[in-house]
Amino acid sequence: MTSTAHEWLNAHGDYLYRFALARLRDAHLAEDAVQETFLAAIKNPNFAAQSSPRTWLTGILKHKIIDTMRKGQREVVASDLMNEEDANMDEFFDATGHWAEKPIAWNMPSDALEQKQFLGILQNCMDKLPKKLAALFLMRDVHETDNEEICKELQITTTNAWVMLYRARMSLRKCLEINWITG
Amino acid sequence: MLSCQSASRLVSQSLDRPLHWQEKLALRFHLAICRHCRRFAKQLNQLRSAVKTMMQRTEADASIVLNPEAKARIMHIIQQHH
Repeated sequence: MTSTAHEWLNAHGDYLYRFALARLRDAHLAEDAVQETFLAAIKNPNFAAQSSPRTWLTGILKHKIIDTMRKGQREVVASDLMNEEDANMDEFFDATGHWAEKPIAWNMPSDALEQKQFLGILQNCMDKLPKKLAALFLMRDVHETDNEEICKELQITTTNAWVMLYRARMSLRKCLEINWITG
Repeated sequence: MLSCQSASRLVSQSLDRPLHWQEKLALRFHLAICRHCRRFAKQLNQLRSAVKTMMQRTEADASIVLNPEAKARIMHIIQQHH
């Protein structure tokens, strides 16, 4: 059993790490999630019977990623959901509800080099978001986790989730607009 | 008549939940006359597809590997449990 686990770590460890890193965007958190995944796997009685270990391990990892997000949840509530007024994001709009700065059309990347630059800027913009907010945004906006499931797992209300996702999208949009070529 | 602020919130929420028909109607009306919010809605879609691309690239990037120290640590933990 132990040798199977070792084989799996060698065969799937890097893949699982990349999967976690793509979502958690933090090397240490991603390593820990992979570690927790293997711990859970070897404790599972169905361990040896898995015909498709990678799919099975990835399923466990998804839950570990949500666990990681949940651990930092209080922090998010404190910093991002202080009150309704804050959630109104007044900085983006004037007193009459009009755009304080009107959105400018983006020149989307037209070749591989531009694409790389664009993704680099996006990466920087994501790094500026509070980590857990970025993780929630990633979980949601790649369409792989159901909204209600996220809320249940993170123990937040759906209304809170909408507010948080709105904040994340507004901040990212603004950051991209400032840093990417517009015109 | 929706404000741009309310419209932007509905555009964002339309990615997370089905809007009520009243909201849909109000938003459609606002977008028909407001090019700023139309642009905003387009940008949220561009943002979403860019984020997807970014994640897929990380997942497919074979140069990103589990740190050898972390791997050794996990090997050790697996052994301890058996």
